[in-house]
Amino acid sequence: MIYTASLFAIVIFVAFVLLVLGISFYLGKKPSSVSGFFAAGGEIHWAVNGIAFAGDYLSAASFLGICGMIAVAGYDGFLYSIGYLAGWVVALFVVAEPMKRLGKYTFTDALDAKFNYKGIQLMAAISTLVVSICYLIPQMVGAGALVKPLLGLPREWGVIMVGSIVILIVSTAGMKSTTYVQFIKGGLLIIFSSVLVFSVCHKGLSLKPQESYHNFLTLNASIQNGDVAKVINPGYQIVSQYRQGGFHAVKLNINGVNNWWKVNGTKLEEMLSIVKMKDGGKLYNGEPKANRKFYQVGHMSKIIKDGQEISKTGKINPFQLLSIIDDSEVVRFTKKSFQDGDNKVDVWYQNPTSGKDIMRPGLKFKVDKGSDFWSKLNFVSLMLALFFGTAALPHILIRYYTVPSPKCARKSTIVAISAIGFFYILTLFMGLGAMVSGVIDVESSNMAAPLLAKSFGVAIFSCISAIAFATVLGTVSGLIVAASGAVAHDLMDNFMGIKMSDREKVRAGKFAAVIVGIIAIILGILFKGMNVSYLVGWAFAVAASANLPAILMLLFWKKTTAKGITASIFVGMVTALGIILASPSMYVRYGLDPSTAIMPLNNPGIISIPLSFLTLVGVSLCTQKVKQM
Amino acid sequence: MAHGPATNWGTDNASEFKTKMGIKLFLIYCFIYSGFVAINTFLPKLMELKIVFGLNLACVYGFGLIILAIIMGLTYNAACSKAETSMNKPEKGDRQ
Repeated sequence: MIYTASLFAIVIFVAFVLLVLGISFYLGKKPSSVSGFFAAGGEIHWAVNGIAFAGDYLSAASFLGICGMIAVAGYDGFLYSIGYLAGWVVALFVVAEPMKRLGKYTFTDALDAKFNYKGIQLMAAISTLVVSICYLIPQMVGAGALVKPLLGLPREWGVIMVGSIVILIVSTAGMKSTTYVQFIKGGLLIIFSSVLVFSVCHKGLSLKPQESYHNFLTLNASIQNGDVAKVINPGYQIVSQYRQGGFHAVKLNINGVNNWWKVNGTKLEEMLSIVKMKDGGKLYNGEPKANRKFYQVGHMSKIIKDGQEISKTGKINPFQLLSIIDDSEVVRFTKKSFQDGDNKVDVWYQNPTSGKDIMRPGLKFKVDKGSDFWSKLNFVSLMLALFFGTAALPHILIRYYTVPSPKCARKSTIVAISAIGFFYILTLFMGLGAMVSGVIDVESSNMAAPLLAKSFGVAIFSCISAIAFATVLGTVSGLIVAASGAVAHDLMDNFMGIKMSDREKVRAGKFAAVIVGIIAIILGILFKGMNVSYLVGWAFAVAASANLPAILMLLFWKKTTAKGITASIFVGMVTALGIILASPSMYVRYGLDPSTAIMPLNNPGIISIPLSFLTLVGVSLCTQKVKQM
Repeated sequence: MAHGPATNWGTDNASEFKTKMGIKLFLIYCFIYSGFVAINTFLPKLMELKIVFGLNLACVYGFGLIILAIIMGLTYNAACSKAETSMNKPEKGDRQ
């Protein structure tokens, strides 16, 4: 997709980023102790902390990833919202207060409070680093996707910008400035998302979502022996054809431009196409990108309201939005890739989908048509990781140390659940709104929500994009604080026993923040194009496998030993990472055939979480004597 | 290096009550969430059923899980606050 930067959008965006940096510098002037840097001195008000929780948690994965996934796969994307929110129940009812009572600055402190054991310090610190980096990748990918339509810059610049700004924020004042950045953007994200949902309902549904929406053509053809023999419409010449399974496409030339059409009986349906040529050049719908022939898509092909077929609904309420889509039909665009001579061709064909299929699970997760044992297990595994992952995310856990008491930790968690829950309900409306509003960029589903905002005007688009960018800033800041705490406090101070003054510890934390920030920038560029919510699912799986069994068993099983915790973190982390690296999704990244992947699962939780629990129980039982000594 | 908490506070006599209540509520939610995952996995077509306001089971169950988490959280907080008030002296964070 080709985007043009708007001056107004740039002004709003720059003002927002400067405001965020201003707050950071203002807070950074205040004296910074170790407690101030890693835990904001434990003096943040619970209500502020609750919204900051929301700001921390509602990352690029929530706003960009979930809305994007709902826009292309319907209800399946909303399953992420449900899983992410349900995870907070574990955090509130089981983890919040005990973690606050046990810990000081980091998650490792809490785990190690009872034992003071080197193995726990090392493993928990490594696990914090691994989970933080897994979580950082999608945030950076989201930043790259966002900057492209907003400022007209390449994705790589977005990643570098976020990395640089966040390094500046974190190394300026640590957790305190991070908290206020998260508080501001968390509040604004919820307000502007509500405005966006209101706008979607106010506009209603229409067969032609926008005046400028491309009118996809259908041609007539005669077929002989299964091949297209002639195009009835004048001017079109057949160049080549491609056939595999039930998919049949034909390349037609008109006025010197080649384009691909899907063969459907005797009809030829216009598709979107990107042709990557041998010399590295790309053609978008047969023409150079600058000619702007590659369109944003997504529309309704049938609207049924109260049993009547209509062309537009006018203003509707949120319930009507859902029920009308359920009764109607939406044209989604499905990707297919193939080789045409020396050229690699990606096409997106029109796929009319019943609203019933959109409003229930099955379009992304294979739980119904075409499902098998592994695909169902994969789904259960994801839902398990989302449920148990939240309470084990290091950047969420450290927020329990920024409030004065366990009671405040509990109250701030409830504020967080309310704010996050409300936002996640909005994601379904934003995602479905994007699906039918002709705003989807088929190259990157991550941009669905900001592009939906753009369809309502540059002002709301600029605000939403600036907030989304701040969303990434807020989450990345939290992750980098968690990772720098793991390096400076857990590894250098506790594990290695390096004697440092308070000032040196803060300096070590800032240095660690810079290094982790640079790593995040590099990985963000390498993983561009993947759905950010999908990537975050992996971070949840690693956190749930490595950290949660240790946290729960430490709190609720008296026979837990230091060696049991150490072994459980190691096994959970290595198993989860191992399964991810051998998964079909990663095979696609390696450029290999995903069907040959060693592991048929994309989501490791169903194997790695129980294995981590079993390891902890087994090792703890075998090391009881050591514990008693 | 000490690993104790960053801020000190008094003994919490309501701790046992809160832990037991937290686990009970967690198990209830866990059961309802498991039902949701099970229907999605084994009976996805059931999610098409229209339930109320033209919404299907998928939407009602999904929204229900989110709203239930908020309601259970508020209930838990109210019960814990009541227990803390009756069992403890006022603690530092209470004034906020």
